[in-house]
Amino acid sequence: MEVLPQLIVNGLLLGGAFALISIGLTLVFGIVRVVNFAHGELFMAGLFGAWLLSSKVGLTPYLAAVPLVVILFAAGAAMQRFIIQPLMDADPHIQIFATVGVGTALINLALILFGADIRTSELPWAREPVRFAGLSVARGFLVAFAVSMVATAALVLFLKRTHLGRAIRAVAQNRNAAPLMGIDVPRIYIITFGIGSACVGLAAAVLSPLFPAFPTVGTYFALTAFVIVVLGGMGSLEGAVAGALIIGLVDSLAGYYVAPDLKEVVYFLIFLLILVLKPAGLFGVRGSE
Amino acid sequence: MSLLRLENVSAGYGAVEVLSDVTIDVAPGEVVTIVGANGAGKTTILRTIAGLVRPRSGRKLIDGRDVSALKPPAIVDLGITLVPEGRQLFPFMSVRENLMLGAYKPAARAAIPERMEEVLALFPRVRERLDQYAGSLSGGEQQMVAIARGMMANPRLLMFDEPSLGLAPMIVKQVFEIVDRVVAAGTTVLIVEQNIYHTLSIATRGYVLENGRIVMQDTGPALLRDPHVRRAYLGV
Repeated sequence: MEVLPQLIVNGLLLGGAFALISIGLTLVFGIVRVVNFAHGELFMAGLFGAWLLSSKVGLTPYLAAVPLVVILFAAGAAMQRFIIQPLMDADPHIQIFATVGVGTALINLALILFGADIRTSELPWAREPVRFAGLSVARGFLVAFAVSMVATAALVLFLKRTHLGRAIRAVAQNRNAAPLMGIDVPRIYIITFGIGSACVGLAAAVLSPLFPAFPTVGTYFALTAFVIVVLGGMGSLEGAVAGALIIGLVDSLAGYYVAPDLKEVVYFLIFLLILVLKPAGLFGVRGSE
Repeated sequence: MSLLRLENVSAGYGAVEVLSDVTIDVAPGEVVTIVGANGAGKTTILRTIAGLVRPRSGRKLIDGRDVSALKPPAIVDLGITLVPEGRQLFPFMSVRENLMLGAYKPAARAAIPERMEEVLALFPRVRERLDQYAGSLSGGEQQMVAIARGMMANPRLLMFDEPSLGLAPMIVKQVFEIVDRVVAAGTTVLIVEQNIYHTLSIATRGYVLENGRIVMQDTGPALLRDPHVRRAYLGV
């Protein structure tokens, strides 16, 4: 079996899994201008939700995507409406404290409800490998990759082709002019936060057969998503997808050729280089974020 | 009845009071202008009408109904649109998308294709630029897009805030031609402009604003002949 092609495929599939989480983060940042430090914890809540729905209700983890998308949309919208919105005119660091507070509260809530054990959504099918052209990949990763790409394409179409999507982009580009068009800006923030959170709901459902749930699982995913979003250009959906694929590849290649425990070092080095050399990110335009 | 009436309105930002006891009327079909020095509060009047600034006292009436507490989207729904100072386009969207956003209010959405044709008939230059990013246009072209965008909502009252600001003299002339066409098309207009010679000559009525207070009002031509206005604002 060839090692390099396998590593590349693994990397791209892992990147696809990260893409959906990163898109949610970049969307909220680009439009609401709030860095949501609770993003990873919303993902964690989604993983626990998938586990509850599959082990207690008997829903296949993939089908759990439907209720999870709805529930997380509502949770994100409520978070914007009742926690961030009242702080919209305050200093940005106040909003950061608020989102960190929500994240910490969610972690502790999970500890109270589920303890510190890991909970796995059982779906053996997802862990079985598919073999083609001498390569072998877990089915679950193929599903996650496909769902991630389709969801991203759907989101881009929604933003480009619908009145609401256009209004969302308008708010990102000129929030002073948007109300003069008759756009209700606070409502756009609430919807956008909902969509960003729904993305992690969907991601949690498709990744639940591959990654177990535990209270601090969100930290790892959120940290990676932050690297991806900065790499791609904050606020850029295309950038988030490209950034996710790059980080997936780096993770896979560095894990093999450098050392498994040094792969994060490698991509944080890339992260620092990008910040120094091209602060707007690969796809970011200065001022457009 | 007035289409729009500000009645003894005071307004400002933070501790600063910009407008004191301002009363203004705009009747359907009129072209009304507000003349005043920099910082007199002209922009604040337009922002108050648009709902971006809330009156501290006094009332804002549209068709005789008190709308002082309404937010900007509701004012747009009532048919009053502001073409803001400095164009304020959506720079990374195409000109076409900017125009479509001008007709974002639900009542205007259904008629976007027809309305776009009507508006583009007034702005042939804008038609040539439909698929370009708005931010890539020249200042004069951007101003035309901003006016075209404002007209997309088919407003009953279109407000202009300094449409000629920062433009080269030749372009200024074109912008005024556009304003004339908007007026000729029968739209009611409220305009604030540094270049008061042109606006007063087309205005049915004008107000003179000094330090946040209305100190004079008359027909446009009469204000243009007024010795105080000539001395203070035309330098003659």
